[in-house]
Order: sequence, then C-alpha cells, then structure tokens
Amino acid sequence: MTDAALTLSSPAPAGEEIRALQSRIQQMQATKLDTRRVRTHPALESLLPGGSLRSGAAYSVESSTALVMALMAGPSADGVWCGVIGLPDFGVEAASHFGIDLERLALVPHPGEEWLTVTAAMADVVGVVVTRAPGRVTDSAMARLQARIRQRGVTLIVLGDWPQSEASLRIVESSWAGIGQGNGHLAARQVLVSSTARVGSGRPRRARLWLPDRRESFRPVLEQTDVAGSRGETGGPGVATTGLRLLQGVAG
Amino acid sequence: MNGMRSAVAPVRTMVLWCPDWPVVATAASEGVSVEQSIAVIEKGLVFACSAAARADGVRRGLRLREAQARSPRLRDFAYDPVRVDRAFEPLISALEEMSPNVQIVRSGSCALAVRGAARFYGGEHAAALAFLERFAELGVTDARVGVADGMFAADQAARLPGVDLIRIVPAGASPEFLRDLPLQLLDEPELTTLLWRLGIRSLGDFARLPADDVRSRFGESGARAHAKAAGLDGRRVEPRIPPEVRESVSDFEPPLDRIDQVAFGVRAAAERFIGELAAAHLVCTALRVEITSERGEWRDRGWLHPRWFTASDVVDRVRWQLQGGSTIESALTSPIARVRIVAETVDRSERHETGLWGSGSEERIHHGLSRVQSIVGHEGVLTASIGGGRSPHERQVLVPWGDRHEQKAAVAPTSRVRGRREEAAPWPGSVPPPLPTTVFEQPHAVLVLAAEQQEVTVTERGELSAEPAYFSPEAAGRRLRPLEAWAGPWPVYERWWDSAARRRFDRFQMIDADGTAWLLALERGTWYAEARYD
Repeated sequence: MTDAALTLSSPAPAGEEIRALQSRIQQMQATKLDTRRVRTHPALESLLPGGSLRSGAAYSVESSTALVMALMAGPSADGVWCGVIGLPDFGVEAASHFGIDLERLALVPHPGEEWLTVTAAMADVVGVVVTRAPGRVTDSAMARLQARIRQRGVTLIVLGDWPQSEASLRIVESSWAGIGQGNGHLAARQVLVSSTARVGSGRPRRARLWLPDRRESFRPVLEQTDVAGSRGETGGPGVATTGLRLLQGVAG
Repeated sequence: MNGMRSAVAPVRTMVLWCPDWPVVATAASEGVSVEQSIAVIEKGLVFACSAAARADGVRRGLRLREAQARSPRLRDFAYDPVRVDRAFEPLISALEEMSPNVQIVRSGSCALAVRGAARFYGGEHAAALAFLERFAELGVTDARVGVADGMFAADQAARLPGVDLIRIVPAGASPEFLRDLPLQLLDEPELTTLLWRLGIRSLGDFARLPADDVRSRFGESGARAHAKAAGLDGRRVEPRIPPEVRESVSDFEPPLDRIDQVAFGVRAAAERFIGELAAAHLVCTALRVEITSERGEWRDRGWLHPRWFTASDVVDRVRWQLQGGSTIESALTSPIARVRIVAETVDRSERHETGLWGSGSEERIHHGLSRVQSIVGHEGVLTASIGGGRSPHERQVLVPWGDRHEQKAAVAPTSRVRGRREEAAPWPGSVPPPLPTTVFEQPHAVLVLAAEQQEVTVTERGELSAEPAYFSPEAAGRRLRPLEAWAGPWPVYERWWDSAARRRFDRFQMIDADGTAWLLALERGTWYAEARYD
C-alpha cells in the first residue's frame, strides 16, 4: 500500500527514475561479478565500465604514458604495489608528482626475451602490472597471462593494443596551455579521452580531462569556463587569463 | 680458563686467501682490469689497492688525496661491502661442494678444517691444489693457501710474501714458523706498541713470556694474543650452517609402472612433507624431484613455484616429470622404484600469507622481486627515487632491488619528502612542472626545420637563427609536420669548470601536430629529444 501511495504522491520524472534503476542494476552487476573493484582516480571513473578499475582485468592505453599514470594513481594511493615492465622510458619523477608512490614501485626496464615470465612472476606479487607487449605475442601466451592475472586478482595495464582488455583508452584531442610561439612554457593540458569497452554498448565513452592541470593533478574539465589549475578564487588573475585565452582557442 | 685453553689443541686448519679481494671484486663489477692502478676507498681512506697502485706507493689507510698524489693514474672506487661479499659467495658455494665445514673469515678469505679434505684428496697439498684449481675455473687465479695448526698460523702462512701459492707448515711446527714474524701481525695496535717499548720485537719473543704473567698484565685479550703468537690458537673452524635438508622419500615395492599409481603413492608422502614444513612455519617455494626406476635410471629436475607448494602441487610436479612433457605411454620405460622430493628453497610462512585486502606483505614482495631478479639479473629490477639534477633523466635515481636503503640514503637524504624535493633543493635551470611522462633512456636525434626548411641553430649569444616551424621525431626527417607551438631556447651550461665534462646546450619545448609535447635539446647543431609529454 505504501509503495502505491509513494508512487502516487511523488510523480518523479521518468528520466530520473530510469537513471536510479540503471544505477541499481549496475551495482548488482558489480557485486555479481567475482572481480573486485580497485580504487580509481576520480577523473577516470566516468570512462571505465562499472565506474572503476577491477582486479583481474586488463586495460589498454594507446600511446599515452600520462593516461597510464592516471590509471596507476588510484591503486597506488591505496598502497598497492605497482610493477612496470618493459618501459625503459617511464618518467619516474612525473609519476611521483601524479600521486604514484615510488616506495611501492618496481621497474623492470628490459625484460628482453623473458617478457612473459617476468610479467607473470611480477603478477604474483604486485597489484598493478604495467607493461608494453614486445613485438609479437602469441595468442596462447596472451591467454596464459590473462588467466594468471585473473587468478591473482591483478590489474593489468597495457601500453598498446591488448585484445582482451576491459576497456581501451586513447587520447583523441590534446591541447596545451601556457606555451605560445616562442614564449611561455608547458603548464597544463586538456585532453579528450575516448574509452571503448569490450562488452556493453558499442558507443565509446568520452570525457574531457585536465591531464594534468597547473597543479600537476588530474581532474575532469567541469565546463568550458573551467580554468587550468584555478578552482574558483584560488588561481591568480594571470593564470586565469592565460588559461581562458587558450581555452577560447580550443573551443573555437 | 687457562686449563680450558690448553685442553683445546690447535686444529689443522687450511686458509684460502684471495689477495686484494675488495679490489678484484670491485674491478670485476666495474669492468676495469685489475692490472690498472685501482684503490677502493672507504670513508676517504684507502681500504685496499691493486698491485700496480702498491708499486706506486699506495698503502692501505692512506688518505685518498695522498694516494692520488703518489699514483696520478689511480682510479678510485667506493667500497661497497655488499657487492664485494656477493662476489665472494660463488667461491664459497663451490668450496662447500668440495669440502664441508667452510668458515668465511672475511670477504676474500675462508678457513676449513683440513683433516677430512686431506683424507679425501690424498694429502693436504693435493687438497689445496684441488681447491685452487676450482677457484681458477671460477676466474680467481691468484688465490693462496696456507695450512698450519690453528687458524692464525694458517692465515699467516697464506699471507707470507713470496711466489709459492701453497704453503704447508708441518704439524707441530707452527710455533717455529711464527717465531720470527713481526708483532704487528697480531693486529692489536695498543699491545704491539707496548711490547715494542718493552723490547719485544717478534712473535717468538712474545711467546717466550710466561702465559700466566701475560694474562695478569694484559688480561684476557692479551692472553689470547699470546696463545696466537705461541701457535696455540684454539679457535676452531666454525662452519656456516648449511640449510637443513628437508626431504620425502617414497619407495615402491613392487615398483609401479603407471603414472596414476605413482601419483597416488606419492600423495600421502607429499602431504606429510608439506605438513612437516607447515609445522615448522615454513613454506617451500622450490623443490627437486628425483625419480629412480627399477633399472636404476635416474631422472631429477628442479621445480619452482610462483607462490609456494601445496601437497597437490607437489603431486602434480611428480606427475608432470613422469610424463616428461609428452604422452603418458612414451614416458615410463620401466617401473618406478623410488621418488625423492627435496625442498630446495624454504621461506618463513608468515611472509606468504595473503593480506586481507589482496596485497601481501613486504617480505612476499621481496621474495617475488628476488625471483624476477633471478630471471633478468640483479640489475634488472629497479626501484626509483628522485635525486638532484637538471635534466629529467638525471633526476631519476634507479637502484637495483635489494640495494635500496643505503644508496638511497646517500643520494637523497630527505627522500621521505616525496615529490616536492625541488622546494627543498632548488636546481636552477631544471625543467618546470608538469614533468615529462616519458623520459628517454637514450636521447635520440630528431629534426627541426624553419619555415623555409632551413636548419635552426642558436648563436653564441643565445639567439635563434630562425623560428622553428617543422618537426619530425626521426633524424631522417620522415613524418615532417608543422609545429603547433614552441618555447625556448633555454640555455644550459653544465660543468663549465671541467674542460672534459663541459656541456652547453639549449632546451626547447615543442608541440607537434598531434598535440604531443616534446622536450628537445639543441647541442652543437644537432637536435635531440630528451623527453616527451605524452
């Protein structure tokens, strides 16, 4: 009786109700799956299926180390160990500024022929494995690694193509603030990230992010007037004007 | 006490000594020839030096500056005890395979009770020869051996100058051998100085003093030194304890000829084996399975486990080994009489407990990363910290896993202040944040051209010859595309006081047509990509 009374008394708009139902379905799906949610950087939540990274799943990133670092930042802030394999050019200092704990980071820059063995051994101990597949990986090797990360509950982040990835992220557009023709210096970057999920709706999710903003942090671009690095009154006027000028350029 | 000492008769002892071991080990890991003039430095003083340096007059304990003055071509390296000890470990393992009860006296020198080895090899000389040959196989050709009663005398015999590689002091002749050696060998500077002033010049003189008088005047340490000098060194060889053998043997009578039968027969033994380890709070991470067939064929193989073996894992390994990676029919040529399972590596079990939230303890991480090191080498697994420097590459300090603490402390004493170290230690001329996410291990040449496709250079006065307009990430100039934005030049002068290491270059930031930003350096007319913001 109360249910009927409630529905009668509060005629909620249909769209809101549907959204509420969808979120409930999503929550049920998340608990039904045997994969656990991993803490995720808030900036990336809208891009990932289920709203977060999962343990035992693979994610691929196309050619952007900053996006990889953004993915790592969430779990690393949670105290999870990260292993970076086969990326000799990984920028350690940038990683530390973006919130990755260097005390819990192990690097194997040159695994060589033993890439699969090293990656599998690393997956046994760390929570997040970041790697770039060398040249050609056989399907069986890929399947074995995939089985290993599922068994161990590891989050695998691959820089490059990975067929079984839960979501593949790439930067569609990128524009820098603070640099001109011979003046200024790189200060902040706004990117449009597109994410294609393996399952679910085929339409890619898109989000506009600061990667990074002027304070070297990742966050979503709130609206077109969002100014690099200054939330509200905290940014100086000089910062605001350059950011605005650039943004107008981006928008135009 | 006195009675106790005389009860302990000196044992026949062999000392193997590798001269200048810190130098040999350091030179090998630095890739330098030992023939050169090398010194290993500890706290500003020479800790050890090579023969060439010694010929120039360098001595242990000399200050580095003094040593450099005596030998201008001297190459100095910091003394790293971990590295030196690690280099000695293979020699000890090799020696332990040939003779039990090896004691490491210090890095570069080890002692063993010679009686067993002499009996096995047919004489002390033959045993010494066998050990020296084994050392030579491992690349240590100048090791020396001394055999005598007691460790002190054997050590002195090994270290006696001369060309002989093996010196054997006959049984009972140690006091005579030590008699004419100088007092300094006791390595007791205070005692030695005092004895010298009392007119005692050699070990023999000292040994002639009555033992009770020495004890009442110099105390226990004096008495010990007196016993050493008299060739009555009572110290026994205290071998390092070899790891306890944990094994499980299953004998099959009658022998079994089917794999499933063997697997079933092994199961109970495997459960007992793992149960015993668990009772001792140990887990087994590597084991060896030895299978003997009825005809005496013998197959063994080591198995590693990514975590640790459970009983069913052990049975699986036995079955896999019997199958030999092929079909079941082809493997068993004769019935199996015995299966022996030996634990090769055991570890404390508490280090392997899975944490409540999935990630395990630090010890488990260490164990796992050490395993990765066994695959890619010690230098293959790195941990990072941020040090000082101007270029992004200089600032990242990479240290092999396991070496981290002392070296990190040396480089970045305040590394706890993570991330924002530039506030504590300003480096004028360093790249402003945000920092590049890709820092090239090897900077590679790129191409930057001006609007008219001509080269872009920087004059002596730091002015650009033309504005850059095109960029290609390859030196050959393929994929040449217009630039979106650029900034620079930012001149960098490094080590202007040092004519050999002096560098002058100009930094630029550029954004290519894809929106990817680059950190470039222009040095002597060539453009390099130092890092990328991708």
